[in-house]
Amino acid sequence: MSLLNHLGISPQIYALLVEATLQTLHMTAVAGLLGTLFGLPLGVLLATSGRGELLQCVTFNRIAGLVVNATRSTPFIILVVAIIPFTRLVAGTSIGTAAAIVPLTIAAIPFIARIVETSIREVDQGLVEAAKAMGATPLQIIRKVLIPEAMPGIVAGLTLAIVSLIGYSAMVGAVGGGGLGDLGIRYGYQRFMPEVMALVVLVLIVLVQAVQTAGDRLARRVNKRLRDA
Amino acid sequence: MEPMIRLEAVSKHYPARKGSAAVTALSETSLNIDRGEIFGVIGRSGAGKSTLIRLINLLERPSSGRVVVDGIDLTALDNSRLRAVRRQIGMIFQHFNLLSSRTVFDNVALPLELAGLSGKEIRSKVTPLLELVGLADKTGRYPAELSGGQKQRVGIARALATEPKVLLCDEATSALDPETTRSILGLLRDINEKLGITIVVITHEMQVIKEICDRVAVIDAGKVVELASVEQVFTRPQTEVTRSLLAVVSGDELPSPLAARLSPKADGPAVLRLRFTGEDAEAPVIARLSRHHGVEASILYGQVDSIRNASFGTLVIAVPVSGEALAAVIRFLENQNVVVESLGYLAADIRAAG
Repeated sequence: MSLLNHLGISPQIYALLVEATLQTLHMTAVAGLLGTLFGLPLGVLLATSGRGELLQCVTFNRIAGLVVNATRSTPFIILVVAIIPFTRLVAGTSIGTAAAIVPLTIAAIPFIARIVETSIREVDQGLVEAAKAMGATPLQIIRKVLIPEAMPGIVAGLTLAIVSLIGYSAMVGAVGGGGLGDLGIRYGYQRFMPEVMALVVLVLIVLVQAVQTAGDRLARRVNKRLRDA
Repeated sequence: MEPMIRLEAVSKHYPARKGSAAVTALSETSLNIDRGEIFGVIGRSGAGKSTLIRLINLLERPSSGRVVVDGIDLTALDNSRLRAVRRQIGMIFQHFNLLSSRTVFDNVALPLELAGLSGKEIRSKVTPLLELVGLADKTGRYPAELSGGQKQRVGIARALATEPKVLLCDEATSALDPETTRSILGLLRDINEKLGITIVVITHEMQVIKEICDRVAVIDAGKVVELASVEQVFTRPQTEVTRSLLAVVSGDELPSPLAARLSPKADGPAVLRLRFTGEDAEAPVIARLSRHHGVEASILYGQVDSIRNASFGTLVIAVPVSGEALAAVIRFLENQNVVVESLGYLAADIRAAG
């Protein structure tokens, strides 16, 4: 506190900073969670529905691939305003933190789905063949072989997705979502308070660093491929 | 008795795709594999042996023909019944195909989990299996911490978990060094004797066939070109493909310094290759030659080996005779049940130098 005073930052600004940090964490966590909840199965389906694969359904594969690409090629800020009617339908409002979670989740789902798809495609086909030879059903192969074997890649990818979500969350000030990015723009930029901007950037750096470190550690723990003896 | 595995006129064609023509991996192949035997399938890479073994558990569906395992026509089953039958057919692989995310114990437990067994039942089955393959002290290790031979032992334990009647081995020792190969083959033979399980071995190495198989099918360009007991194939190969596969283990390939000294000109001692088969390998042929013909043969190169109880081998000798005397020597040797092949003559100048 005294350090902040020393830097010429009022307790009011400090309170705003804490609130904004909590909003960012809230949005990122909920969007990350929902994004994984929908993105993981979508990624699995993308990886297994192609021609000659476990759950072959070529039409689904084509359409899902198209939708995922379309969402991913829309700039996030445009996605935010473009889906306002949908946001209102889901969240009951189109402004505020809860409303901001909707576009964040919509952006996270295809991102996570592609990451999961890539990780699953990297699993050695020999393992799938071995499981088939054991009499495994396609669902058993997905649950017992593909997902556990792809886990190191999935964890690394989810870390990347959460870091990206922290970045995206800076843009939801446009719909009154709050958060660190919004604080930085409104106080740091529009009210000429460079010290607030600096603090916002500092907190963001710490957040991203923490997420990355935790993600790396978890990825290492689930990776049994290259262990130190 | 009904054979364990019966392939009836099985063919496998792969349709033409972009950039590659249609391929016939296996054509009209019929094969019976008896209960309790170790059956080998050998061929060069691309001969269709990998397709053949995958047809037995229907990892590859035949384009035509029937696959009958233990009296059940697999080609007539729906997916769910096929999965049940597959639990009766264990399989091990060249690259082991273990799950890197599971410990040794959990890898062996996987087929039992898939079959829906309880944790207690799984423990009671996995522990003795790990003892059988000699890995009781590695239960909590991950595959990345094991050597190749240990990984294949895990693969074998996993394949045996559901107590199958058949074990398919797809190039199971091709990624292993010779010593480890021998120990894995020894384990397979033990399992065959202890459990009476029928084993099908696919390999490109004659050594593997020699070590453990009872009968062998030689496959080339999608067809079985030779099928007989291992003794028979090793001692009396019928086709060129078999002979070339045998060349490595039977001493058909001359050491290069010797090959360089051979010349077709009859100005030195004649070089003969004697091929011994079966019990004749132990007859004192060279001694008899000297006693009956007064011909002193010098041995240039030789390799004698044994399969089960039969010996076989080749001996390359030089005899300092020519013309009518040489013909008499060859006739004599042939009468001793030795297959004789004339390779040429030892070049005189090099012999003088040596």
